[in-house]
Amino acid sequence: MKKQTEAIISVALIAALLAVLFILERTIPSTSMLFTVLKKGAIYALVAVSMNLLNGFTGLFSLGQAGFMLVGAYTYGVLTIPVDQRPNVYMYYDGGMIQFALHPIAAIIIAGIIAGIFAYLIGLPVLRLKSDYLAIATLGFAEIIRAVFQWDKLGPLTNGSNLLRNYPSYKSVLFYFIAAGVCIALIVMLINSTYGRAFKAIRDDEVAAEAMGINLAHHKRIAFVVSSFFAGISGALLAMYQTSIQASMFKSAMTYEILLIVVIGGIGSITGSCISSFLFIILSEWLLRFLDSELVIGGFKVPLLRSGFRKVVFSIIIMIIVLFFRQGIMGTKEFSVRRIFNRITGRSRKSSEGRNGR
Amino acid sequence: MSENVLKVEHVTMQFGGVVAVDNLNLEVNKGEIVSLIGPNGAGKTTAFNVITGVYPPTNGAVYFQGRKIVENHPQGKMRRQYLGENEGKYDHVIAPTPDRITKLGIARTFQNIRLFKSQTVFENILIAEHMRRTSNLFTATLHLNGTEERNMREEADRLLHILELDDVRNEMATSLPYGKQRRLEIARALATKPSLLLLDEPAAGMNPQETDELTAFIGRIRDDFHLTIFMIEHHMDLVMEISDRIYVLDFGKLISQGTPDVVQSDPRVISAYLGVQEDE
Amino acid sequence: MDWLSKNLPYLMAGISVGGQYALIAIGYTMVYGILRLINFAHGDIFMVAGLVMVYASTVMPVYLAIPLVLVVTVVIGFLVERVAYKPLRTAPRMSVMISAIGVSYLLQNMALYVTGGLAQQYPALPWISDTITVFGVTTKRVTVITPPLVILLVAALVMLIQKTKIGMAMRAASKDFETSQLMGIKINSVISMTFIIGSFLAAVGSLLFFSNYTGVTPTVGAMPGLKAFVAAVFGGIGSIPGAVIGAFIIGISENIIKGLGWTTFSDAFTFALLIVVLIFKPTGLFGEAANDKV
Repeated sequence: MKKQTEAIISVALIAALLAVLFILERTIPSTSMLFTVLKKGAIYALVAVSMNLLNGFTGLFSLGQAGFMLVGAYTYGVLTIPVDQRPNVYMYYDGGMIQFALHPIAAIIIAGIIAGIFAYLIGLPVLRLKSDYLAIATLGFAEIIRAVFQWDKLGPLTNGSNLLRNYPSYKSVLFYFIAAGVCIALIVMLINSTYGRAFKAIRDDEVAAEAMGINLAHHKRIAFVVSSFFAGISGALLAMYQTSIQASMFKSAMTYEILLIVVIGGIGSITGSCISSFLFIILSEWLLRFLDSELVIGGFKVPLLRSGFRKVVFSIIIMIIVLFFRQGIMGTKEFSVRRIFNRITGRSRKSSEGRNGR
Repeated sequence: MSENVLKVEHVTMQFGGVVAVDNLNLEVNKGEIVSLIGPNGAGKTTAFNVITGVYPPTNGAVYFQGRKIVENHPQGKMRRQYLGENEGKYDHVIAPTPDRITKLGIARTFQNIRLFKSQTVFENILIAEHMRRTSNLFTATLHLNGTEERNMREEADRLLHILELDDVRNEMATSLPYGKQRRLEIARALATKPSLLLLDEPAAGMNPQETDELTAFIGRIRDDFHLTIFMIEHHMDLVMEISDRIYVLDFGKLISQGTPDVVQSDPRVISAYLGVQEDE
Repeated sequence: MDWLSKNLPYLMAGISVGGQYALIAIGYTMVYGILRLINFAHGDIFMVAGLVMVYASTVMPVYLAIPLVLVVTVVIGFLVERVAYKPLRTAPRMSVMISAIGVSYLLQNMALYVTGGLAQQYPALPWISDTITVFGVTTKRVTVITPPLVILLVAALVMLIQKTKIGMAMRAASKDFETSQLMGIKINSVISMTFIIGSFLAAVGSLLFFSNYTGVTPTVGAMPGLKAFVAAVFGGIGSIPGAVIGAFIIGISENIIKGLGWTTFSDAFTFALLIVVLIFKPTGLFGEAANDKV
């Protein structure tokens, strides 16, 4: 299959997906669970991929994702609340100190940049640490960020521990798909570039990578800042989706959930992270909902079913995957048009990848 | 001939109370193949690690092509413990990282092969091109560096061809037989376009036939790539056959040096090393 | 003197909380010493111990409930290791850590299910929960008995590690895991023992901690757990006295910060301390340096 054909098919598939979403939005009532799941799935796919860039492709075990999402979400909220709404939102802080509002798209990008700046500063000390120490230090910084944003003295800026709300948000599921899709595409392009190869070299063997002329500190910092940039953007999208935010949402449990999504999808697989995000959201928000409500069949009350049971079943599924299917759904493989094409035509994997050469 | 490429001056390396390398002085001249031999634990690999910037030395300096590249310990913590004769001679600090030393033109291989496990032979070679990039994060991500990318790939393919590895181009690096993995590691080092190549036990674990091939291979790459080679090796046949000069290290100290004939007949070497040579 | 009388309550609370963190921290430091694993689920085991007490005390008298809590917690700690960590003995460190995070997630969700998400009122334990007055400060008796009890338990633990055969095996395993295995040490029973001791101390810690703290919620273990881990790192991971001293320092500092009116930052302080320690002295106060071999 030619590279060009492959590109055309990919573009056609994406266009078809967007068209389907467009039609669905016109036909199904907007309150449908389907849209909730799709929006949240897209946001989680982005943050999972951004985490995978660090954990799966650069080998940096970082647990700071929730903190950077918080920074992004707050940046978005603070910058976009309409001026006439501010006295209402910042009711304890005399309307807050910022008296302007930016366009949502500009605010989303700035959200990413601010998260990136935080990551740069945090990275200076922590990126020197190894494996589990890095994990615990990033987790710690995420907690510090959360405490700082709730700090009373910063209230005029962050509204303290009160909700940020009344900011504009896009309702269409298409917006979330396009925004997350563009970001994920950028991450994939980064991974396929010469920088991505350097990241993978660092993951495989730091000492050898350094001996090949790769500046470890510089490249780790790039991966960390880029990953946080996209976590910030996903935080902004999450803020938009939820219509109100509070620092206390972004606990370490959130990072854990993202990490588990990455693990289920396969550490080192972008498509795996995307698939498992949707799967995770669909299962937890939708399909397994029935586990949370009591069910009576023919006078017999099904045992165990009540509020909270869904999450128990869910965590057991996750443990099974972690213990017995360590590769996750995709392992380190990627799902692509070429792969399917080769599967259908029965061509061997090696020969086609050989020509592709990456 | 006597233009020295590498000069190690009074290098001492202490780990806590253990002196791994003690006041090492040596020179490697342009175009030479020089071997560093000695029993296990003599401090050979530690010397390599000092030269390539992995460890900052407790005392001493390393020069490459007349330029000082490594000197002393940045924090000076170890230095205070060092009380040798050259104490205090080196106190200002240069401690470049290994990547910068590689960029200057020193490449190395490792005692226990360190290939990039999840990547193919081709990708292992291609990584060396990264340090010569002219693209930045944005142009590379947006794939605006098409020409550069193509050149990188061509360069890597050219090297694979010269080193006769193109038949395994798309194999996973770790699926290769042992001898080929060693050769790939050398190829990867060559891809950084070094003028000095450090080989850490290139023949370890090889059978006699593979060792012979390797001997020819090392001689060949020296000529083809205009290299200077400094290597650690235990296979005496290999060492004696291709070395121009040999340094012998025992318990961190240099005990003998000279041409293979001189070293072979040196009684100190015989008692320290050849007498207890492992049966390989 | 005025300052002291104003701050004495915080200081006493700090010492008491520090002692409770110490009991949790020992579990972290021992497991890390042997498996090089941050047992993320340890804080949740501490939470489960609290919940077991809540439910046990509704059906039986306290003098039966307390031993039951200890036994159940130990069993859970043992099972967690057997089910979630043992199968991954040869897997990369990252997999084991992910498994630990998974267990933590599971325990929290199970607690959420059982409690229905409502904070459970911890029973008042006779004698320990009684209110007393020391140096003009009104407090619960638990504040006063925690420090000596911690010291007693730590002394017993140190004796166990120094004098008994299993203690010797533990020390060997934490020095060199592979070699001790070759030397015929039954590594699995050593590891199980480590988890049993760690869980037992966490259960004692939970009895003391919750007597001072009104409610048990599913996520209540996370914060003390992380703080105890920081204490272990601060003291030098793998060192038991280090963990204890680190825990006391953290408990006291945290309460002094609260006393200064900076409550928002009492948690952040712990992590700031962790980061400072990791950067300037990664081996902690009493840890041993390790060199990476190239």
